[in-house]
Order: sequence, then structure tokens, then C-alpha cells
Amino acid sequence: MPVVHNPIQPPEGRIEVKNTTCYMCACRCGIRVTLRDGEVRYIQGNPDHPLNKGVICAKGASGIMKQYSPARLTKPLRRKQEALRGDAQFEEIEWDEAFGIMEERLKHLRETDPKKFALFTGRDQMQALTGLFAKQYGTPNYAAHGGFCSVNMATGMIYTIGGSFWEFGGPDLERAKLFIMIGTAEDHHSNPMKMALSQFKRNGGRFISINPVRTGYSAIADEWVPIKPGTDGALMLSIIHELIRTGLFDREFLTQYTNAAELVSTDEQSDDFGLFIRTDIPLDPHCFDPQDRVWWDRDEDKAVHSRTEGVEPRLLGEFTLADGRKAKPSFQLLKERTDQYNPEWAESVTGIPADTIRRLAYEMGITARDEKIELPIAWTDAWGKDHETITGNPVAFHSMRGTAAHSNGFQTIRAMSILMTILGTIDRPGGFRHKAPFPRPIPPCAKTPNSIHGVKPNTPLGGMPLGWPADPNDLFVDDDGNPIRIDKGFSWEFPLSAHGLMHNVITNAWRGDPYTIDTLLIFMANMAWNSSMNTDEVRKMLNDKDDNGEYKIPYIIVADAFQSEMTAYADLILPDTTYLERHDVMSMLDRPISEYDGPVDSVRIPVVPPKGDCKPFQEVLIEMGSRLKLPAFVDKEGKRKFRDYPDFVVNYETEPGSGIGFLAGWRGKGGEKFMKGEPNPNQWKMYEENNCVYQYHLPKSYQYMRNWNRGYLNWAQEHRLMRFAEPINIHIYSEVLMKFRLAAQGKTEGKQPPAHLRKRIETHFDPLPFYSEPLESQLTDKHKYPLNAITQRPMAMYHSWDSQNAWLRQIHTYNYMYVHPSTAQKAGIEDGGWMWAESMHGKVRCLCRYTEALEPGTIWTWNAIGKSKGAWRLDDDANESQKGFLLNHLISEELPAHEAGEHVSNSDPLTGQAGWYDVRVRIYKAEEGEENVSYPQFNAMPALPGTEKTNKWQAFFAGLFTRGGK
Amino acid sequence: MTQLALVIDLNVCVGCHACVTSCKEWNTSGPAGSMCDDNPYGQDPTGTFFNRVQTYEIGEFPTTETLHFPKSCLHCEDPPCVPVCPTGASYKREEDGIVLVDYDKCIGCRYCSWACPYGVREIDEHMKVMKKCTLCVDRIYDESLPANERKPACVLACPTSARLFGDVHDPESPISITIREEGGYQLMPEWGTKPSNHYLPRRKTRMHIHEDELQRADNPLKKEQRSGTSAPVDAPTLDDSTSW
Repeated sequence: MPVVHNPIQPPEGRIEVKNTTCYMCACRCGIRVTLRDGEVRYIQGNPDHPLNKGVICAKGASGIMKQYSPARLTKPLRRKQEALRGDAQFEEIEWDEAFGIMEERLKHLRETDPKKFALFTGRDQMQALTGLFAKQYGTPNYAAHGGFCSVNMATGMIYTIGGSFWEFGGPDLERAKLFIMIGTAEDHHSNPMKMALSQFKRNGGRFISINPVRTGYSAIADEWVPIKPGTDGALMLSIIHELIRTGLFDREFLTQYTNAAELVSTDEQSDDFGLFIRTDIPLDPHCFDPQDRVWWDRDEDKAVHSRTEGVEPRLLGEFTLADGRKAKPSFQLLKERTDQYNPEWAESVTGIPADTIRRLAYEMGITARDEKIELPIAWTDAWGKDHETITGNPVAFHSMRGTAAHSNGFQTIRAMSILMTILGTIDRPGGFRHKAPFPRPIPPCAKTPNSIHGVKPNTPLGGMPLGWPADPNDLFVDDDGNPIRIDKGFSWEFPLSAHGLMHNVITNAWRGDPYTIDTLLIFMANMAWNSSMNTDEVRKMLNDKDDNGEYKIPYIIVADAFQSEMTAYADLILPDTTYLERHDVMSMLDRPISEYDGPVDSVRIPVVPPKGDCKPFQEVLIEMGSRLKLPAFVDKEGKRKFRDYPDFVVNYETEPGSGIGFLAGWRGKGGEKFMKGEPNPNQWKMYEENNCVYQYHLPKSYQYMRNWNRGYLNWAQEHRLMRFAEPINIHIYSEVLMKFRLAAQGKTEGKQPPAHLRKRIETHFDPLPFYSEPLESQLTDKHKYPLNAITQRPMAMYHSWDSQNAWLRQIHTYNYMYVHPSTAQKAGIEDGGWMWAESMHGKVRCLCRYTEALEPGTIWTWNAIGKSKGAWRLDDDANESQKGFLLNHLISEELPAHEAGEHVSNSDPLTGQAGWYDVRVRIYKAEEGEENVSYPQFNAMPALPGTEKTNKWQAFFAGLFTRGGK
Repeated sequence: MTQLALVIDLNVCVGCHACVTSCKEWNTSGPAGSMCDDNPYGQDPTGTFFNRVQTYEIGEFPTTETLHFPKSCLHCEDPPCVPVCPTGASYKREEDGIVLVDYDKCIGCRYCSWACPYGVREIDEHMKVMKKCTLCVDRIYDESLPANERKPACVLACPTSARLFGDVHDPESPISITIREEGGYQLMPEWGTKPSNHYLPRRKTRMHIHEDELQRADNPLKKEQRSGTSAPVDAPTLDDSTSW
């Protein structure tokens, strides 16, 4: 222990400073790591990094305790033959043996039935590689965690405006005057949001937070508007109602840049009912969204080709075409839809006073109109018209899982996107701004195979494992209309499930519905705990056996860096590295860290050597790809093509000679090209010398209005970001959705839904946003279960990976159930007392904490602070397992049997987004004499081989710690 | 004479705890370290932190305010923790006003922590010495660091830049100007400790809507009204019955 004589004198030791990228959450801030005698001494934000500009969060600054956590896995482990799954009895093996086991198994499955191998990953920022591996292997059973995170946000926005929040776009708080945050707690994302919020407030912006709970970001809002969970759509629709009623919408933006003025056939008898009226102009076969629509000319009172120069179209009214067909502009249909959603109605649904809703609408509308921004930036639109300025209507929005994680989330987010659009704020200063590679066509071009013929032995998948259906014929179903994916993604149950449904994989595989699988490989996802709904039952499924005594899911491989709850259920554990020990890419092929003004991608470069025998998961995939001779990983002779992952990153091209690889920066032999260019052998070095980041600033005239900016669209096409360079018009009216509805109504020639799903499709594939109560609520006795229960994530545990972290767990050691005093008192529950929360699926015993910062019909808790006994290398009496709890025990992964089926996922019927926040509960006091521990409890998980012993106390001092300084 | 201090802007602090752990990671391996953790992986873990964030709720639903309140040593101008120290371990530096503990002299008697009305001293049960915020005195004068990084770790880390650092005795320093202009205040000034650290209050931005702002000359609904001339009507009108 050093004793300090001089408060300024730094301790001695060999100092090194290295740059890399954080991974304590998914924000990917640049970090500068100082090492002393090879041990991490200080992790600070990299001041030269575009994302975080030198700042760091509580988690980022606690990376040291992640690196030196005793829960680190350091050896490949095999379940002991005599041990049962879940008992966590393992023996150490060598990597060669682990690879051998996997090779034998996966080779056989690939030769016989590749869909028997399923790969699901917790993180979705490595999809460029994991998705490639799955596709090359030929399995359709691949996805990342988006389905149980925020796929409604991605799809609801992308199917409407061609971009979405977080990685692909966000609020321009530098220029906004009014900022509406709805359904965002303290995460998604982290530092960039915090930086922008404080700057926004200091610039005098007005910040309104709409949320059932007031914590985190909402704490500094100028106004908090409490709302009942799951009713956000009602609020949005009501605000749209008010904006249309008062004329506070941006007519010019709507007519030119959206389909608001385009005529929709309203003749129920005609073949094209509900579709756009089309002109007979010859179609360009290379066009994703042909400009063949029709406007109603206001002056001439007749139909004209849309966007005819000089024509003012009508947005409202009903018109009769020359051939007698009736038609209405999209906007008229939107108005008719929202007529019913007046503020008084919305008050009854959301709990927000009607006057407040009206005022919110006026604040938005008036700010958009009267605080207009004109930037002196000339640009040319996609139709060739020159503009002298860029206009901005400075009202910005941000939203995340609070709106997304409901079974009505897709239509809620459609409504929000339309609200943002009628205010005229899309890709404009002060509004929503895209980040490369977005915007993309609506929907984006990537498609899954659309039949069973896309899945063949020894053959890469005949399409992408995940995609963006544009009509029913894009669905990934067999000839009878049944799902081909194990999670039933892209089937009639969840047609637009762009991120898959990881939350149903285990249940479906266990039940053998639609079929059984053989091997499940889970990377960095805690499916035996906080990442699964119905946790207790899912744990049972993981070790359930059939009549022959074989596990129903025969083989489970888990890749993780720590002793998570999930590792207990593995047959084989692959010890992953930490982020400080690996190469990684934040690729343009996946979710890069682009800024509003242009594409940015970045890398991780190891700052310390891997601990023990742990190995980056990427290296596992490269090795397996080579052993299995997957075409992308071997040459024509079947010989391994890439030495390791860094070599792969440099030399892999999407197609031979395409010039497109994992990294966009410093391509070309000497690093002189970007986005597209030959592999550059020194690419890693160039990233290393440049703060691990490649950043490109678009010319100013390409930075806005990118859906319709000819300069940008041509640039994007030239640099191969997009196949098309056509305008991406906003879908106020979604013909894509209408095509599914028409199929459900039996009015189309193509694929048809099975009978039991017709009504579901017809109802939910509404081409205009609508409000419906979340499915779980519809199927619950609300008198018995009157309350909503939701979770949030605290900033210091954002992404829930860090109970093994000695510093962070002191901030959140266990979680309370937060209850409004009036609600708690009615149930006789005391502040700090033990209570029960019960849904129709399960119950938890937990500690109650009174709070006034909460809509009284809601209770909430922090997500994933509770841990299973012994997991994460915590002591058996650690607070996380004894006082902490998971709300997941109350939430089912499947809805109660209803007309759509007996085992339908508890998800949005359009997208498969997990309906985490739909659960209804009741609460009551724990009886006197009950045990003062949380319920349910599970058998303690023993320490896995290769993890470290924990001490009664420790004193971290870099350079001495791992050498006995504890 | 210089008095270094922090100004903490409660108007933008979102309670993220970045300052808490950044402080710990910097200082645990520095001259003020180490900063112990008891039961790091067990029941009721507790460790040394020079800086903590407390969260308060104010008011009743629905007009509740949630306030995040970071707290560390306030480096008082008249620190009650100094005169009570029997060994002279607790001292205030003349050159910059930072209050420090000389671990070599400290006997861990805790008089200082009893004297401190703000509860910001942290006893190290293992080294048996009192520890506290040093304003990262080992960073702010370190010429091997780039000039813009010679700041306390908490200030560098803070994502909302809610933490400002400077000399409160220099009336022209940015933090003195901020205190003056933004209503900066001290904690419990009635104790007479003259805390050097200051806090900035919450400030609300409101929007006032005038009725006439809802009327717009260019109301787009006007464009939806029928326009132009119409053909003569066939039905009877006054023209058929009167000649005036």
C-alpha cells in the first residue's frame, strides 16, 4: 500500500497510453486508456473523438472493474457428463477440443439440415460478421437482440421516413428550440444525448419529457408530462388531430416530400382500392418507388401527375377521376382517421389533461412555424429544382423503448413519425437528422429468402437472414404459409420482424414449434435471466428432456466473457474477451457511429492481452467459418483465407473486387480511398493513428433533406451506400401495410395468411396509424390487475452488464419496486416494506419504495439489477439476489390463447417487438412472518472453473492489483 | 489569493454518476489512493468515494421535481475539519485553498468527519486514515498532461458539463462570472464555513402562447377552400323575381 508524502507526486511505474473504443454499453465512445506497469490505471473519454469529445459516463469510467472482475471466464468449459444442465458443473478443456466439438456438430447439421443450427446474439453491433456467418452457413435462424429491444422504433420509423432514432438518426439539439422526449429513460443513447441535452438547455431550448416516470433525463426537463404506459399512440394521434384542425402543419413539406397529396383509390369496388392511383408513365425497372402517382390540381380541378411543376395540389377532399373512380389524398385519409382522436378522448386514454394535449400541439406547431430556421445553404432536390436555402422547423423528438416495447408500438411510432413529418422536421436543421448509411429506401432493399428453397444443405442462405418485406410475397414462409424461422420471424404472425424474435427462440425450440433444432449458439445474451420473458419457465425449458431422456434443445453453446446466469445452461462455454482485449469494428455494414454531417466508423484495438485462454468471439467465427469451409472464409481450394479477425477485416470484400469491406476508412492500396476501394494492408494502423475513427464530413449542401437531396443521393450511390439515387418520399399513407391488409382480405393473388391470422393482419396492417390497447391488456382482467408495471435502466447500469463490477454495484446493489404512495397505501404497503407484485403469469416479492415521480396507475423498477444467487461471481448473500428481483417473472413470452392462436408471442403483431411494458399487475403487502428475501429464489450457482476467488475487501491500485495487491 | 473550487449546475445534472466513478478510478491509483472496497462482491458492498450523487424528489405528483445532487468536499474557506485535527493532518493549502489530508500524520480519529457539516469525508478502515476529495491536485498542476486536461477527473468526465472548475477568488474567472450571473449559491452558509464550491439552481424555460399565434395568415387550410369562379346556377335566385 503506498503511503503518500506528496499529494502531487505520481506513483512510479511504466506508463503507456492507448486509444480504443468503449463497450461498457452500446454507445461506442472513444476512450483513452492509461496503463501503469501493464495494468489499467485510467480510462478517460478521448477528447479527439467525434462521439463523446472527451467525456465519459459512470460505466465507461468503471471499465477497470470489468477488466479485473473475478467473474471473468478464462477457459473453454464443457458440461460434466454426469451433471445436469443448470447445475453449472463444468470441466476445463482446450480450444482445440472446443473447436473440434463444434466442427463435428455444425458440419453434420450443415450437410443435413442447416436450420437445425441457430445463432442468436445479444448485441447487434457485430451483425456484419455474425450475420455473414449465419448466411454463409445457410441457416435462417439468426438474429440479434433487436426484437426484444426496440425493433418497433427501427421499423415504425424506417417504414415511414426511411430512418430512425439512435444509430441511424436523432434529434438535432444544436438547433432545436423545442425538444420532446417520449418513452426514453436514461439510455439509448448515453453520452451524446447528455452532452446535447445540456447544450440545448443552456442555449435556452425548452425540454418536455413525456414519461410515466420522472428520473434521469426527465429530471432536468422544463416540463414533465406523466402518461399511462402504452398510450403514447393516443397522444400522438391527438396532437396530429389538433395540428390538422388548427392548420399548424407544414403544407409545403407535406406536398413535395411526402405522399400526403397523392391520391388513394377509395372505391371499394375497384381492384386498386386502398392503393395509390397510378399514371401510365413507363416504369423504370431500376426504381424502388416509382414516381407514378397522381395529385388533384387545385386550380384546374383535375388529376395531374404528382409533383408537376407549378401545380398546387389539394391535400383535403374527395375527387372523382375521369374514369369515375373515387379517390382521396393521403392527407384527407389521415384527417379522417384522426378526427376521432380529439384531446378529450386522448385524456381518457393517456391520463393527460386535454388542455395539456392542446397546448403541447400548439407549442409544437407555433415553434415550428414562428421559429423557422433558414440556413444559407444552396441545394438541389431530387427533381432538379434548385433551392437557395435549407429550411428548418426547430421541433425535435427523441423516443425509445418506452414507446417501442408495447404490442401497439409500431403504430405508435408510425404516428410519431407522421407527427414529426407534418411539422416539417425530417432531415432538417433543428428537427430529426439522419446518420449514414441512412436514409434508405422505404422499405430498405435487403430481403430474406421468400420460400423454403432458400434453405439448402451445404449452401449459403438464399437471401439475408433478416430483411425488410415490402409486400406479402417477401414473407419467409413455406408453401403452406408456415414459418421457416425458428422464431417465426417474417411469417404471417410477425411479417415485419426486421430484427427477429430472439425472445421466442428457446420456447419455440423447446416446444418444437415450428420444429426442433439441434444446436443453439448464444453470444453475449443472458437468456436464462434478464433477456428472457418468463424467466423461470425458460430456465426449465433449457434443461427439459424428452421421453428418451434427451434434452429438448440438444446442444447449447454460450459465448460470454463472464459467469452469467446463462452460462449455467451451456453444454459448452466459450470464454470471450473484454472490450479492452480485442479488435472490433463499428462497421458501415452494420451500425456505425455516424454523425449527422456524414459517415463515421470506428474500431477497437486491444490495449491489454487477453486474460487466460479467453478468445474474442470474432476469432471463434473466423476459425469456425474456415473449418466448415464456408465460402466467404476459404478460397477455391477450400483453404483458409484469413489468418485472424484483423486480417479478415482488412481483406474481406462483400464480393470479390467490390471494394466494400467492414471498414470504410483508408481503403485503397495506400489508404487514399474511402467507402469503396481495394483492401489496404495498413488500414488498422491508420485507424490507430487517427483515434480509432474514420470520419467523413459531407459537403454542407449534402447534409440536409437527404431523402430528396440530389447531390447527396448521387454521392451515396457513387460511394455504394445505396443502389438507388431516387427520392425517398415519406409514407404518410403506407401502401406497404395496405398490401398485407388486402392479402388478409383475400383480395390479392399472392401469398395469403392462414385463416386464423386474417383478422389480426387486417386489423393491425392499417395503412394509417391508429390506437389500440396493447394486446396483453386486451386479454387481461383489468379489474383484477389494475396497474401497469414497467422497467427502466439506470445510467450507471445501462445495458445491464455490470453487476460483476465492484464499483457500479455499489451504486445499484438491489432494486426497489417504485410505487406511488396513494397506490401503495391502498394496498397497505409501507415505504421500505416487503410487497408482492403479481400478474396473471407470475409473482415477485420485493421491497417497496414510495415515489411521487410516477403516474399513480403504474409501478416500476430498475431492470436487471436483480441477479440469480451465485451468478456473476457474487456471494450467495449478495443483495442482488437477496433483495433484488427481476420483473421478467411477471411477463410472459406468449399471450394467453386467443383467436390468433394458442402460442402467439407477446409481441407487436406487425414486427415481433417484445411487449415488455404491456404487463398488468396487482400488488399486495407481504404477510407478517414471510421471509425477508426477494422471490423467486434459485439454487446458488457455483463458481465456474477459471473464475477467481473473491476477497472480503480490495484496494485497486494500478500496477499492483493483479500481482497480489488485493 | 487563489481559491480553487467546483461549481455544479443542477440545471443540467442528470444524475449519471460519471463524476463518481471517474473520481474513483483516477484517485484510487494516485497519491490519494487507494480507495478500498469492502465486500466488493458480497452483501452490502461499501467503498470509498470522494464524490457521491444523491437524488431527491420534491413536491407531489404531478408537479414532482426530481433533483440529482452531486456532493463532495466543498473546500471551505473556513473549514471546520482543519482546527479539530489533533495531529495537523487535515490542512488547507495556502496557495490554492484546497483542503487535504496528510496520510502520514492522520491517525484516523475521525474528529474531522464529525466536524464537517456536509458529511464528505471518507474513512479508510484498512489504511486507518481519513480520505477526501483533493480536487485532483495531482492532475491540475501536472505539466505532463495537455493543458485542457489539467482539471479534476470529475470535471473532465461530466457528460453534461455540469461541473465547472476554477478560481472563485478571481472575479473575472469563468466560474466567478457564472456564480454571479446564474444565481450560484453555497450549501448551508449559516454554518459560517464559507464553502468554496457553489451550486447553480434549476432554471425553467417556458413558452407563452398568444392567441393570435394560433391564427396564421398562411393557414394552409385556406388552400383547401374551393377557389375560382363557378358556373351560373340553375336554381331560382332573386334575379328571377325582382327588378328593384
